[in-house]
Amino acid sequence: MSILVIAEHDNKTLNGATLNVVAAAQKIGGDITVLVAGAGAQAVADAAAKVAGVSKVLLADNAAYANQLAENVAALVADLAKNYKHVLAASTTTGKNILPRVAALLDVSMITDIIAVESANTFKRPIYAGNAIATVQSDEAVVVGTVRGTAFDAVASEGGSAAVEAVAEVKDAGISKFVAEEIVKSERPELTAARIVVSGGRGVGSGENYHTVLDPLADKLGAAQGASRAAVDAGFVPNDMQVGQTGKIVAPDLYIAVGISGAIQHLAGMKDSKVIVAINKDEEAPINAVADYWLVGDLNAVVPELVTKL
Amino acid sequence: MKALVAVKRVVDANVKVRVKSDNSGVDLTNVKMSINPFCEIAVEEAVRLKEKGTVSEIIVVSIGPKEAQEQIRSAMALGADRGILVETADDIGALEVAKILKGIVEQEQPQLILLGKQAIDDDSNQVGQMLGALLGAGQGTFASEVKVEGDKVQVTREIDGGLQTVELTLPAIITTDLRLNEPRYAALPNIMKARKKPLDTKSPADYGVTTTTKLKTVKVEPPAERKAGVQVKSVDELVEKLKNEAKVI
Repeated sequence: MSILVIAEHDNKTLNGATLNVVAAAQKIGGDITVLVAGAGAQAVADAAAKVAGVSKVLLADNAAYANQLAENVAALVADLAKNYKHVLAASTTTGKNILPRVAALLDVSMITDIIAVESANTFKRPIYAGNAIATVQSDEAVVVGTVRGTAFDAVASEGGSAAVEAVAEVKDAGISKFVAEEIVKSERPELTAARIVVSGGRGVGSGENYHTVLDPLADKLGAAQGASRAAVDAGFVPNDMQVGQTGKIVAPDLYIAVGISGAIQHLAGMKDSKVIVAINKDEEAPINAVADYWLVGDLNAVVPELVTKL
Repeated sequence: MKALVAVKRVVDANVKVRVKSDNSGVDLTNVKMSINPFCEIAVEEAVRLKEKGTVSEIIVVSIGPKEAQEQIRSAMALGADRGILVETADDIGALEVAKILKGIVEQEQPQLILLGKQAIDDDSNQVGQMLGALLGAGQGTFASEVKVEGDKVQVTREIDGGLQTVELTLPAIITTDLRLNEPRYAALPNIMKARKKPLDTKSPADYGVTTTTKLKTVKVEPPAERKAGVQVKSVDELVEKLKNEAKVI
């Protein structure tokens, strides 16, 4: 059996999410090939070749793949997929954009957000905002799926010595064009990979207060910052910080929810965190039901006190 | 130009679902059903494009049980002109839905095809992309802004690190993200008018699609319960617990 893993990258560095996908691929078992489709992405291919457990790296280096346009990358992946039994990618916006297109080109059904590998064709995935876990069995010739990174421990990024092979094939559908990108800069750890996450909700009151109150706490803990949809919709913080069913799914060692009531959609994004702390003025907040520790109080007083005592 | 909007009937977003005791699925008897929130955003966007004069006619499609006509009527009350219900009793997969939509697109020839980015029941996030592949059309997924200019559409997409803008040749698929717009409420007179708008009923076979799937749900279980937590009375107690009991800091 052989597995094709689509690398997540920005043409310069290999995104850590790929290491979690390789871990899921190892659970399935078989030779693991990583495809790096990009432009000027040799460094990414070299990094992928060092990943533990990877036996081959394919590098498709062409301007058509520079911005991971689904129309082009999916056509390439679908072509290569004929030689594999599984095609996997991370459950990121990139993976979710490309893989269903690949599946339809192959005329197979697809599995989104794999959280456990039961066998080579049977997997678990959350449905209904994580309120139910479905076990699904695929009888398709090729199993296409995205992997929820937080459900698998990343493999080592060093230790492998795979060969890098160039793929000459160029697929340019000519129906889409990259125009611009606006990436939010942050000095803090990446949300989905962070060991500690500090999140704020509507209760923080304003964008200014979000930073006044939560920045010192995140700094002190070396934590990534997140938010509930309410905080994003109110314009407190940009939307890529949203944790939840429709935002990012995180599972850090410690998740501190500040001023977040705990709607079903938010819980879907964080309830697999190892330890959850809720700081809320409402004793009845639903977040308390999933919290390991909750403190009822005014976040404007409690959080600064917490910062001084850590 | 014509716009086609796909809507799905799903369990209401505020309902906390329960898994059936025989693990065959979730219990949907007597549960409030609604139009999927992302589909509502897709309808709203189509209506706004019609109000701007970009779109001339909005066709709303739903695939599912007979009751899904309620969701089609809701979309009509918001401004869709006519509806197509593809009735099927089976639990139908994303690939089959995409194939049926392809059949409808080929008949109706819309320039813009709007879908939600995912349905809140199966959380798959697949249909729009699959339809793009089947039609050989471009896809603007997770859209937070849509601008039609001539025979192109510029779509700003919500991606993990921020935002990305792409330009697609029409016809194109757009799947909506939460921040694309704020859907309006249907006014009572519009709800009444919607009852009179045309609605065709079709079957998957009309589009040459069989609803059998090679993806089987073996069982559905409730997620693992978290052990009950404790309320701490002070910041000191919280710090002490995190350091000595949970050992996470």
